[in-house]
Amino acid sequence: MLVSVYRYNPEIDDAPYMQDIHIDIPGGKDIMVLDLLQLLKDKDPTLGYRRSCREGVCGSDGMNMNGLNGLACITPLSDVVESDKLVLRPLPGLPVIRDLVVDMTQFYTQYEKIKPFLLNDTPPPAIERLQSPEERAEIDGLYECILCACCSTACPSFWWNPDKFIGPSGLLQAYRFLADSRDTATEQRLAELDDPFSVFRCHSIMNCVAVCPKGLNPTKAIGKIRNMLLAQAT
Amino acid sequence: MVTSITSFGRSGLYDWMIQRVTAVVLLAFTVFMMGYMLLTPDLDYQQWSALFECTSMRIFTLLALLSMASHAWIGMWSISTDYIKPTGIRFLFQAFCGLLTFIYVVWGIQILWGV
Repeated sequence: MLVSVYRYNPEIDDAPYMQDIHIDIPGGKDIMVLDLLQLLKDKDPTLGYRRSCREGVCGSDGMNMNGLNGLACITPLSDVVESDKLVLRPLPGLPVIRDLVVDMTQFYTQYEKIKPFLLNDTPPPAIERLQSPEERAEIDGLYECILCACCSTACPSFWWNPDKFIGPSGLLQAYRFLADSRDTATEQRLAELDDPFSVFRCHSIMNCVAVCPKGLNPTKAIGKIRNMLLAQAT
Repeated sequence: MVTSITSFGRSGLYDWMIQRVTAVVLLAFTVFMMGYMLLTPDLDYQQWSALFECTSMRIFTLLALLSMASHAWIGMWSISTDYIKPTGIRFLFQAFCGLLTFIYVVWGIQILWGV
């Protein structure tokens, strides 16, 4: 099959280019894209990409495969390859450090803004803050986010305003803490979000939902934040 | 919190709500006008001016005109902040949109009360 890989080493290359590599898959098996990358790296050790757990838990190997963002380690070739061709690019919108490795600073800055930790001004109990099973169920579908950035880098609003729009991933996390019964900073968190950019740049096109490798729904979480703002302000 | 002084109501929630409410007004006005034209096949000048001489129609039309102005401002402002990165050009574009909207509103009122 033909693999076209985005290559850019700023120390050597003046501009990024696409490198076409023909490769035979041993045994014709339906391997994961990450395994394919390893085969490519065996051929050309200068190819750079991030990986760690190789099982969709760490979120390191987010990349754009034939136009769709996803985790290379849990994406089988049969899901993305078209006409025996695969185009691999870094996550769109973020600055490229080298080849498929992007600089995630803007993504993490937005994540930091939503204060991704419990804020509680009541005295801590002797053991731990308890939740009922129902209260705990409120954060299902939210806490599972692994911060791979596949959703935020698939979002045009994040491409145009990565410094102002929190992005789907950050907003999913924002709602994770708004919905947590152990957090008491709801008003303060909502006040931080009520500007024309942080939340309201979302126009619900749902690219984030389409690409999330964990099957989460940031659009729904953003809708819930909007409802909370509305309930508070009307 | 991102500061912004050129958006319609400064608050994201306020702009979002105005955008929705004005959309409903514009939908109602469009449906009414289309219905009126379909139900009045041989519409002449007398009927048309009689329609707009009626106070309730003037209120409805002015409401639609102001809704269109605020709806357009919020939309064009969003587009300008998405796609125009140099501050000077963005500000000029916003000023142009604001001026055009103001002209349309004044002109619209003049036409409406000139009937």
